[in-house]
Amino acid sequence: MTTINSSPRPRLGRALTYALVTAIALAIAVPVAWVLLASLKQKSEFFASPWTLPKGLHIQNYVAAFLDAHMGQYFLTSVLVTVLALVLVLAVSVPAAYVIARYEFRGRRVVEFALLAGLFVNVNYIVVPIFLMLVDWDRALIDVFPGGFFIDNPGVLSLVYAATSIPFTIYLLTAYFRSIPVEYEEAAALDGASRFRIMTQVMLPMARPAVTTVILFDFLAYWNDFIISLTLLPGDNKTLQVGLLNLFTAQKAAADYGRLYAGMVIVIVPVLLLYALIQRRLIEGMASGGVKG
Amino acid sequence: MTTLSTPPPGSTNRTSDTAGKAPSTGRSRRGAQAPARVGRRRGNTGFVLACLLPALVLFTVFMVIPTVNVFRTSLYTWGGFSPDKQFVGLDNFRHLLDDQQFVRAFQNTVALLVVVTVVTMGMGLFLAAIMTRQRLRGRNLYRFVLYIPNVLSVVVIAAIFSAVYDQDNGLINGTLRLLSLDGLQQVWLGNQKIVLYSVAIAMVWQSLGYYMVLYMAGMASIPEELYEASALDGASGTRQFFAITLPLIWESLRTTLTFFVMSAVNLSFVLVRAMTGGGPDGSSDVLLNYMYKQAYTNSSYGYGMAIGVVIFAFSFLVSLLVSRATKREPLQF
Repeated sequence: MTTINSSPRPRLGRALTYALVTAIALAIAVPVAWVLLASLKQKSEFFASPWTLPKGLHIQNYVAAFLDAHMGQYFLTSVLVTVLALVLVLAVSVPAAYVIARYEFRGRRVVEFALLAGLFVNVNYIVVPIFLMLVDWDRALIDVFPGGFFIDNPGVLSLVYAATSIPFTIYLLTAYFRSIPVEYEEAAALDGASRFRIMTQVMLPMARPAVTTVILFDFLAYWNDFIISLTLLPGDNKTLQVGLLNLFTAQKAAADYGRLYAGMVIVIVPVLLLYALIQRRLIEGMASGGVKG
Repeated sequence: MTTLSTPPPGSTNRTSDTAGKAPSTGRSRRGAQAPARVGRRRGNTGFVLACLLPALVLFTVFMVIPTVNVFRTSLYTWGGFSPDKQFVGLDNFRHLLDDQQFVRAFQNTVALLVVVTVVTMGMGLFLAAIMTRQRLRGRNLYRFVLYIPNVLSVVVIAAIFSAVYDQDNGLINGTLRLLSLDGLQQVWLGNQKIVLYSVAIAMVWQSLGYYMVLYMAGMASIPEELYEASALDGASGTRQFFAITLPLIWESLRTTLTFFVMSAVNLSFVLVRAMTGGGPDGSSDVLLNYMYKQAYTNSSYGYGMAIGVVIFAFSFLVSLLVSRATKREPLQF
């Protein structure tokens, strides 16, 4: 390219391009970095210039966030809910996707169409109906569980997460299973492997790239959600995002910036670390399967 | 939470069932009963059911039934908790037309949709073209940084932006004070005239990197010879963009545009819910937020669901229109 255009104009254009792209990258990086730094500032420092570095490591913000604001406890809840939801969604979606990809059965087209249509149903539309349905179930079971079972239950939240990401998960896995040649299964069947073994020990390992992609996107969806957990866990047992939302609301009233920023860092850092580790995978997965969480 | 996908790069000339990256033989045998064909023919039905049922039950209980309920209860007046439920036909929808708050939320949603779509797509395309064509040094670093907002949660983004927009000590107003430009300071989230733009900026900030990466993937698959040939003919970079790049990624552009509509409706809700709550005085309210308020907070469940139906119909219609309006003969390379 450069050999063809070497007049001074493109070089100026190139400098401008760099300036522009750098400006945009800074517009994204600076606010994030600023929050990370500001989480170490003392209260008085917040009223000075926003561009000063923190004077010392004011760890109290983190203590306040972790203990007083219960972010530590919420962190555990979030981990639990996310892991459980991932296990659940894979346990039900992998077999279903495999069967849809490989077996001819009556109603397969209907199932496929329904799941495809499910891709268009956003959880935000149906979160209130789901909530009311769970309230109904609790009411029906009031004799067995006087305190309620379905509402305020992290396990149920995981189940709802898993269920609402089934269409996407199956969609991606089915496409991948279909791209694997049939010969492997034929060979395994000749060797006398059962259908279950073929699925779990031949096909599942081969579908690892797709499974990883699915785990990544589902993880981000579960970890970052707050609308569903806000609605389904109204009690003390909150997820990290809802805890952060509370800190955020409290800050508006009390101007307690330090604690809020520390809380944000607690939420951002794990995701950022994960992203740094797997960014190539994530971006490739997005480009090939192409999905938006 | 999940929206559909954009086809893989260059998928205009591929069949839909080959999205993966595995070895390419045997693709044509889609749906063949691999294991059953060799020996063991006895009942596949049991196996198929065992594999399929758990997923289908969960899907039906937590997605199909609630979706059907949205449509059904939009025809009732119902508080949500009380047993008295009254069938009112389309009354809820008639009320919507006189509901100033609803009209405002609708206008805000449309405004956000238009502004954010145009800006995000335009900038995303532009950046992707620059990054792929100009072979910028540090491309991967730029891509890494620009994609960061996409992995952050909406609550975090809302909190970041309220820190940026903070009236007294925020990044913007604090910097303006530092530069003695106090006159330019604004109450970014408290001024009814500005708040919607403030939300729009946060939305663009969140989604720009995602679309840029998506378009970069599409552009990377365009053969280099096309550009070389046109450069020999004296075509400028701008001309190349409009004559080669744009037509060749048109299909992927169309798909993202269609799905952008849906995800923007949702993003505007979660962001507004966390950042402004729809305020001040409803000036940044959006449709889904208003629905949530009516159905959950205000206990006008039937009415809320009517709003839900409108949003659903609206985004479906817009997606369809956009998809129709942008239809072109697919080009191949």
